[in-house]
Amino acid sequence: MSNLRLIWRKSLNALMLTLTGVAALTVVTVLFLILGYLLYNGGKSLDWAFFTQLPKGEGEDGGGVANAIVGSLKLLAIAGAIGLPVGLLAGVYLAEFGGKTFSFITRYTTDLLNGAPSIVIGLFAYSLAVVPVKHFSALAGGLALAVMVVPITVRSTEEFLRAIPNSLREGAMALGASKWKTIATVVVPAASGGIITGMLLALARVAGETAPLLFTALNNQYWAPGLGQPTASLPVVIYNYAISPYDDWHRQAWAAGLVLLALVLLANIGCRLVINRRGVRSV
Amino acid sequence: MSTAATTMERAAPPESGPRALIYRLRHGDEVAHIVTLIFAATILLVTSMMVYELWVQSALTRTKFGWEFFWTRTWDPVFENFGAAPFIYGTLVTSVLSLMIAVPLGLAAAIFLAELAPRKISDTLAFLIDLLAAVPSVIYGLLGIFVVIPLMRTTIGPALKATLGFLPIFKGPNYGVGFLTASIVLAIMIVPYIISVSREVLLTVPRDQREAALGLGATRWESTWKVVVPWARPGVMGSVFLALARALGETMAVTMVIGNTPQIATSLFSSGYTIAAAIANEFAEATGPMHQSALMELGLVLFLITFILNGLARLLIIATERGGGRPS
Repeated sequence: MSNLRLIWRKSLNALMLTLTGVAALTVVTVLFLILGYLLYNGGKSLDWAFFTQLPKGEGEDGGGVANAIVGSLKLLAIAGAIGLPVGLLAGVYLAEFGGKTFSFITRYTTDLLNGAPSIVIGLFAYSLAVVPVKHFSALAGGLALAVMVVPITVRSTEEFLRAIPNSLREGAMALGASKWKTIATVVVPAASGGIITGMLLALARVAGETAPLLFTALNNQYWAPGLGQPTASLPVVIYNYAISPYDDWHRQAWAAGLVLLALVLLANIGCRLVINRRGVRSV
Repeated sequence: MSTAATTMERAAPPESGPRALIYRLRHGDEVAHIVTLIFAATILLVTSMMVYELWVQSALTRTKFGWEFFWTRTWDPVFENFGAAPFIYGTLVTSVLSLMIAVPLGLAAAIFLAELAPRKISDTLAFLIDLLAAVPSVIYGLLGIFVVIPLMRTTIGPALKATLGFLPIFKGPNYGVGFLTASIVLAIMIVPYIISVSREVLLTVPRDQREAALGLGATRWESTWKVVVPWARPGVMGSVFLALARALGETMAVTMVIGNTPQIATSLFSSGYTIAAAIANEFAEATGPMHQSALMELGLVLFLITFILNGLARLLIIATERGGGRPS
């Protein structure tokens, strides 16, 4: 009787442990399937025109997404210009100055903002930057992305600053530097590698965002000079082309998907390797 | 002597009054403090402005429909009758269903990574899984349209109909798009979050907990399932809440595969709509202020729900990492 029970327990053990391994393997396999499928479909659709030409009209074959590539870069530049300084300074506050209660509230709110659905952030940017001027613009899209950049930058900046040993701060202060001088010339430079990595990760994350751009930057078939016009971007192009009925647009959606994923994953792999080498827990 | 006096002077700045303030400002520390404080406060400001804007912009439908908005089933932009019930239903069904797929899979994988795999393999796999979380959602949507939908139409759907077709949730025509397809795509998207957070939490469980269980004669699985997992339970729950919040707010991938029909249907094969998908599809082409206001109100609801879920999740994870949920 007890022997039977032991056999039961041991086989349950073996079964469940195997299942957990299978589960882990399944998830990793999915990653490689996604990569492989995208590489296959996107790779055979990539051509020179894709990078250099404007889109052709509905249903016409050929053309490219040059304007969307430039548009995406422009949106990222706006998002970075607004979001990164705010994130950096708020992160410095939390790590170097913050008291107890206010810091806790700020940190908590940052996490909540980080978890806010991106489509809602799009609605917010719409009511801030589209409603007053009554037209869609690159600026509105960049603003939406900036709101998403901030919380990621804050948390990574804070974490890397905290990883700097206190002896560095004490050393600088013992030499007579004031607190802000210590921060600006010793602590932040020491953590700069990690901070910049965190910023790149933040930009990589928002580079793939589609939802907040749908009704802020909208889309554009042509070049959009300046910041005040509707602007095409890679993620929105992927979306529009994927749900369209045209085969050639599907082909270009795959190509754009491959380009986007390659950029995002390369940025992620590079950044995470840097972070891991520094022995700091990734965020 | 005179140098000592200067040092004294520098070491003891004026204690109070306007002179003290000027001294501190000239020193630079207070300025830096205030400037960074302002930027930190920006985060609070932006978050509260978000709620405020959504609240103001949804005033039209809030006053016209009141609470009825939440259980009215018609969504008619032409006659300006708006009810959110089909969207709320679609959001709940897809989120819950995706959790039913993703939680067992994710928890099992996290257990493997935290308890069984050697540290090096565990770290490598966790790295790859984190990459999966970085894939943009529109790419999941792309794969959803061209891989999951055909698969649903030709393989998964017919198989489910053949085995479980007697259940009402698997009745009705199967076109490939719909609740089930959306849930599968969502599940793939949220699994990395569950694994990544659960693994971290499981790794914080003290070693002696495992050793005590093994020392009492428990098998590896028994020590994991009856000791380690219960210890980490609040944190694991936290990871599930985080994943749920993601699933509720996920827009692109769902929009691309759910069919976008505002209806409440029992069959998981039928097409539906979610809150986020409705905003994504209709907002840019909203027919009038009332329509826009209705979509803004949907956004407000979505924001508040994810806000609460994320808040709970963070608290649970913090509590677990600080000292274990059940030290019994």
